[in-house]
Amino acid sequence: MSFWFDQLLLLVPMLMMLVIVVLIITGHNLFGVVILTSAYSFLMATVLFVLDAVDVAMTEAAVGAGISTVLLLGALRLCGWHDSKPMRRPWGKLIVSGALSALLMVGMVGLPEFSDPAAAIHQHVVPRYLIDSTKEIDVPNVVTAVLASYRGYDTLGETTVVFTAGAGVIALLRRRRLQRAKHESAGASNAP
Amino acid sequence: MRHDPILQVVARLLIPFILLFALYVQFHGDFGPGGGFQAGVIFAAGIILHGLISGLDAAKKILPERLVEAMMAIGVLIYAGVGFAGIFLGGAYLDYSVLSHDPIHGQHRGIFWVEIGVAVTVCGVMLKIFYMFAGRGDVDQDN
Repeated sequence: MSFWFDQLLLLVPMLMMLVIVVLIITGHNLFGVVILTSAYSFLMATVLFVLDAVDVAMTEAAVGAGISTVLLLGALRLCGWHDSKPMRRPWGKLIVSGALSALLMVGMVGLPEFSDPAAAIHQHVVPRYLIDSTKEIDVPNVVTAVLASYRGYDTLGETTVVFTAGAGVIALLRRRRLQRAKHESAGASNAP
Repeated sequence: MRHDPILQVVARLLIPFILLFALYVQFHGDFGPGGGFQAGVIFAAGIILHGLISGLDAAKKILPERLVEAMMAIGVLIYAGVGFAGIFLGGAYLDYSVLSHDPIHGQHRGIFWVEIGVAVTVCGVMLKIFYMFAGRGDVDQDN
């Protein structure tokens, strides 16, 4: 009973995601498309929640459905809400993306069964983390123990990447503003 | 959106709970789901909602742009600082066991500060990106 209920909880959001993807591809009103991507992220968060990956589900809901939607809407405000002309000859792009999907599917066949305890990734360090983390770190959420302590270097790297992303945005957008100011001052001196 | 009374009231009711939930996710991350990254994003989302409802300037009044820029760097410095604290106390870089007399307590202390570092940087970067995007729109409107 519980197994089939879980399957249903997975299947319904995934089918809705499929519908949303088709709507996103065929949609021309970009405002609607952005809202649909937000709904897609919420459904993805539901799927992750059903799969017991609550930490990831939380991130997906906050970043994917929340902040990216706000940023995309901000971008739309700058560039308009309507799609440009539809593509005339999408064959080259279709072939590339079709080949990539086929490759990914071939790769998927080689993956171990979902939640298979005998899979290679569950054999290496996972047993040690699960069994010894209560003795060594004593934090009930093993995800936190792995992220912050066992893999502290990786998380430091990730934090630095987030910092670099912010610094990159500052560098790009500030320069743009300076150029515009320069342009305006040049235009003003030419005008009279 | 700013002039819709329903959105105004609902958002103003929700924002304190969003910020409180962010703090819960931050400090309860050792026991339940969550941690620094999620807490930072949720806190930033609360401020961004305030900015959408009451205007960019209202959000900048709570967390000024200079403070947000400083937060981006301070978080990484806190994280890296925990590593150096481990070295000064006779351990390896990012070894939390030496941060207290009891190794397990040291681990807890290290994780606490490291998560705060992550949250501060993530919150700062998210808010900075939002400020920059939203601010560009205003510049264009002025032109």
